[in-house]
Amino acid sequence: MVTIGKILGEAFSLYEGKNSVNTQSYGPESRGGACKSEVVVSAEEIHYPNVRKADVLVALSQVALDRYLPDLKEGGILLLDPGSVKDVPDLDKYQVHEVPSMEIAYEIGGVRYQNSVALGALYGLIPHLVKESSLLKAISDNVPRNTVEINKEAFKRGMRYEKGERGKGNE
Amino acid sequence: MKKEKGAKGMNKVSRDSCLLKPGRHYLQGNEAIIEGALVAGCRVYAGYPITPATEAMEAASRRFPEVGGRFIQMEDEIGSACVLIGASWGGVKALTVTSSPGFSLMQEAISIAIISETPMVIIDIQRPGPGQGYITASQEDVMQARWGHHGQGPIIALAPSSVQEMFEVTIEAFNLSERWRTPVLVMAEETVAHMRESVVIPPLEEIEIINRKKPQELGIPPDNYLPWGHDIVAPMANWGEGYNVNFVGLVHLEDGNVTRYSPQMNYHCVERLHKKIEIDANSISCLDTKFLEDCNHLMICYGVVSRTAMEAVAEAHEERGLKIGYIRLRRLWPFPEEQLRNIVCEVDTIFVPEMNLGMMKHPITEALRDRCKKIVSIPSIGILHSPDYILSKVYEELR
Repeated sequence: MVTIGKILGEAFSLYEGKNSVNTQSYGPESRGGACKSEVVVSAEEIHYPNVRKADVLVALSQVALDRYLPDLKEGGILLLDPGSVKDVPDLDKYQVHEVPSMEIAYEIGGVRYQNSVALGALYGLIPHLVKESSLLKAISDNVPRNTVEINKEAFKRGMRYEKGERGKGNE
Repeated sequence: MKKEKGAKGMNKVSRDSCLLKPGRHYLQGNEAIIEGALVAGCRVYAGYPITPATEAMEAASRRFPEVGGRFIQMEDEIGSACVLIGASWGGVKALTVTSSPGFSLMQEAISIAIISETPMVIIDIQRPGPGQGYITASQEDVMQARWGHHGQGPIIALAPSSVQEMFEVTIEAFNLSERWRTPVLVMAEETVAHMRESVVIPPLEEIEIINRKKPQELGIPPDNYLPWGHDIVAPMANWGEGYNVNFVGLVHLEDGNVTRYSPQMNYHCVERLHKKIEIDANSISCLDTKFLEDCNHLMICYGVVSRTAMEAVAEAHEERGLKIGYIRLRRLWPFPEEQLRNIVCEVDTIFVPEMNLGMMKHPITEALRDRCKKIVSIPSIGILHSPDYILSKVYEELR
């Protein structure tokens, strides 16, 4: 999760000419529990570095969703993995998109690629905000060299899944 | 073996090509410190890992050897700070990055670095205390920075607020330490140390780098060299250069003599240490200001909290038309009392948001108690204030 935030922030900062700040939760949760990575993007200077009300929330576990859903603004995009997130309170309040990122990651090579699948799905939701090439470059910068291609593949699988199936919130 | 300028046996190969390339980079605050230090010419890092400063040490372990520098993991923070003293007297700029409990252990070395006028930089990524406290964000060491070391040693302490500033302020810290021959502290927080942002690195030739004055360069021969004389900041001879190097922790005369002690000599020795820092206090800009014109109230802040405060002040203007001025202390010590009094005439309430229970509120009160009706602390422990939290306290106070 932390890597998605870093990749996203770097893509905006280095390849899209925007300002971005990436922060992460830093407590016991960063060592195995529900951790959080936040990205703020702006064409202007960013003062407060954390997210105040999120436009997009990517939740890959139920614990994370329960903890961080209050940070998502009403009408915001909620991208979740239906394999691990079973219960979304106030479903109607958000644009919910379900992508089985864990399942797709296993098809490709393992759970370690779940981040890139989720990132691809996220890109599928915000293609007007960031270029695919920027994200792919940022992926190459941030994953181990011998996994660049498989991570890119994971990204594309996530993106294709999202493009091929709209989320339940829009039905 | 030919002795190079600098530490004996040190690989003094200049490897500027290994410095980060000018341009835009996406770095973590802890990484930006190390890149700034290398640009400043620092070539010795000694440290002991501690959350939330560990990434700086990891980056140092990779980067210092790449540029021909030395990285040493010491047995603890006491040893780490003492390595900086030795390295500096060997002619090399030296750095350690620690966090609050480690900073406590370094106080003794800071004190002796002050009296021995040793240029070196210590960066404290503050976490909450007392004790091990926790590993989140804090500004609880700002008083320890000034008063933690024994004796009346003055100190320079800077407070960065962004990853760009982690890079720039580290260079500034080295420049100040070399210019004034004194240890310089950078008081950062976990927030900015772990944050990732873009850093723009200018062409190296545009970055000012200050190096200590040396007697050789001033034409002072070894026989005439006074290790503590010649100027308010004595030129610094390093070991192995043919000069009578005098490292001393006792109060001393110009020639380094400590046995002809008198209270007058004691006074002059300590007075000079203070004087040189005061010259500096009045020579560098240390405040950022905004919205000061016609303001009724003031927000005074420092470090990463100044980013939240800026957002809160701007929103108070927009939402409620509240005229709150903004002052950020870029330097904590020496406390910029004179500069504050020069720009603050008369206001109603001064708000001081800090990630502690109100530490810098004290010198602010001392400086401005006759210029305002009230000074209100807005504390936060273990977490950066949100703009909404600061605004709620402001609105509550001004209700």
